[in-house]
Amino acid sequence: MSVRVGKTSTAAEFPSAAKIALKNDQLRKNVHHATNVIRNKRALRVEEMPDWQLLRDAASAIKAHTLKNLDTYLIEFERNCELAGGKVHWARDADEANSIALDLIRQYNGTEVIKVKTMTSDEIQLNPALEHAGITPYETDLADMIVQMGNDEPSHIVVPALHRNRFEVRDIFRETMDLPDLTEQPEELTGAARTYLRERFLNVKIGISGANFAIAETGGVCVVESEGNGRMCLTMPDVLISLIGVEKVIPRFEDLDVFLQLLPRSATGERMNPYNSLWCGVHEGDGPKAFHVILLDNGRTKLLHDEMERETLACIRCGACLNACPVYRETGGHAYGSIYSGPIGAILSPQLQSLEHSRSLPYASTLCGACYEVCPVKINIPEILIHLRGRVVREDQATLSGKLGVENLAMQGAAMAFKSESRYEAAQKLVQIGQGLFERNGQLTNLPGMAGAWTKFRDLKPIPKQSFRDWWKSRETSKPGGEA
Amino acid sequence: MSNAREEILGRIRSALKDAPVGPSYEEIPRSYDRKGKLDHEASLHLLKDRLLDYDSDIVEVTHESEIASAVAEALQRASEQQVLVAEAFPAAWLPSGIDVVRDTQLTTQQLDGLATVVTTCEAAVSATGTIILVHEGAQGRRAITLLPDHHICIVARSQVFELWPEAVAAIDARSRYAITTISGPSATSDIEMTRIRGVHGPRRLSVILYG
Repeated sequence: MSVRVGKTSTAAEFPSAAKIALKNDQLRKNVHHATNVIRNKRALRVEEMPDWQLLRDAASAIKAHTLKNLDTYLIEFERNCELAGGKVHWARDADEANSIALDLIRQYNGTEVIKVKTMTSDEIQLNPALEHAGITPYETDLADMIVQMGNDEPSHIVVPALHRNRFEVRDIFRETMDLPDLTEQPEELTGAARTYLRERFLNVKIGISGANFAIAETGGVCVVESEGNGRMCLTMPDVLISLIGVEKVIPRFEDLDVFLQLLPRSATGERMNPYNSLWCGVHEGDGPKAFHVILLDNGRTKLLHDEMERETLACIRCGACLNACPVYRETGGHAYGSIYSGPIGAILSPQLQSLEHSRSLPYASTLCGACYEVCPVKINIPEILIHLRGRVVREDQATLSGKLGVENLAMQGAAMAFKSESRYEAAQKLVQIGQGLFERNGQLTNLPGMAGAWTKFRDLKPIPKQSFRDWWKSRETSKPGGEA
Repeated sequence: MSNAREEILGRIRSALKDAPVGPSYEEIPRSYDRKGKLDHEASLHLLKDRLLDYDSDIVEVTHESEIASAVAEALQRASEQQVLVAEAFPAAWLPSGIDVVRDTQLTTQQLDGLATVVTTCEAAVSATGTIILVHEGAQGRRAITLLPDHHICIVARSQVFELWPEAVAAIDARSRYAITTISGPSATSDIEMTRIRGVHGPRRLSVILYG
């Protein structure tokens, strides 16, 4: 089995990619602006919900319950979807999902497809697979179009082109749509996208979507969107293929009460997004004549074993954690090397791939906890980050180079010192003597080796001449009996 | 190669086999609001406030007999004379002197040439300014409220609920083959977070409140 998550296997590790991103002032300006706008709107819309925390509690419990009983709910979804006229396919990994989609498209003699925003298709790299087979995919979400036409990668879960400003979008559209006189006015750019896509919505026979929710009780699927491109792709083609991660199933229709209240406010700061589409199978005289679901594993089921890791699968892809994250807000999404960026990406991408790629991502965080606070389904991201750091370290220690690496030796040394009182005191004395070489005006400003990574950006207080332990001892001798 | 379905289900079962039994579905805490707190008048007021916030037009009438003139007013505001309606749309609700096209399974190309559609709805949610369509009768199939650029939607005051959970429970939403919820005109904020009204769905939404 080969789990693939976008282009993570060839992407640069986070520290080096982040350094490049941090030097791009335009990128940082664009990311700051977009995340500030969404954060402020979100705060406003969450504030007006008296039962917000109760909705979060329910969402978290629904997801935990569903994931614990995932096999039952997937089977129930499959049965009800097929009763309504859909056909359910199962895909173990990215390649299998791509080949099922390709076979279906060929079966219906398709040469082009219209797509409504699906991160899952980016995850399995469906577009390159289609193009390789001579099938043209058209992304129809405005931001996804900007990304596709610019040969770019999405940099945010909800607003994938937030790293582009209006001038960059204008240049991409001018070139791809052959509109040399297009201006940078957002109205005009949006109008150009509308005209460009209209003909495709009316004529392309196959649509591809993802799903926000798959409802076991009804076999129905729900897609949440704003532009109407979703409604177009779900309604106009003769054939609809929905690519759905196995974790997207929810037990009952009434669970949408919770998620449809949490998702829009968290994602875009809207009370409700302009359009939600829900449908069950196929219906004579309305919408596609054939409906196929591809249920995708691609590493997800491996996360079920561990209770903490399992929580990662509760994500409803609102992107609130990205907007809240002080690291994401500086680097933007591309530095994460994965289509899943920000805090959720930092836990999801490495886990899906059994830590074979994206190993530096669990460190791409200050552990400040802002992501946990805004998460509508209460995923404890900081805790999972620490857990994954532990896994990375233990795996590194199991290799010879890891075992003999400077970091491991230093950490093992520190562990030795902290384990014994006498060794700790001896180490402290040693540092007290050594630090004199690096002290400037009462601060350590330029330490060598690994410690230098800290003093490069911050000063460090030296260990004082009299340590707490020394003081405590002298206090005991000068005041026998103490004050207790 | 074993069957993908069996293998995925097998992976799930083996991953969860030692996990402690968690809470049942019935034990999920649901103490969030499932009933609104406003009286009906206040709830209607809230709906209008939300619709205006989404840049929708509102035409208010008292009696069902005034719907035709309300439709005429909504059309006049948009300088339009032709409407598309579902086959089951009541003729009495259409003003005289306009060109009416009934959706007798029109082709996509035929629908594409029409500027305005008039439909009813199944329910509306005031807290979020949302209109719920279940695509039966005078609500029409999905395509007719999607391709025209102006959607005029008739909402009975008795169809208005304060919260989403109340509305979907009242209309037995789970038994419907398709549901579309509409909260304002289609919109995007993908370019520098500037909200642009009207992308692919209708650019203009008019709501007629009656009853």
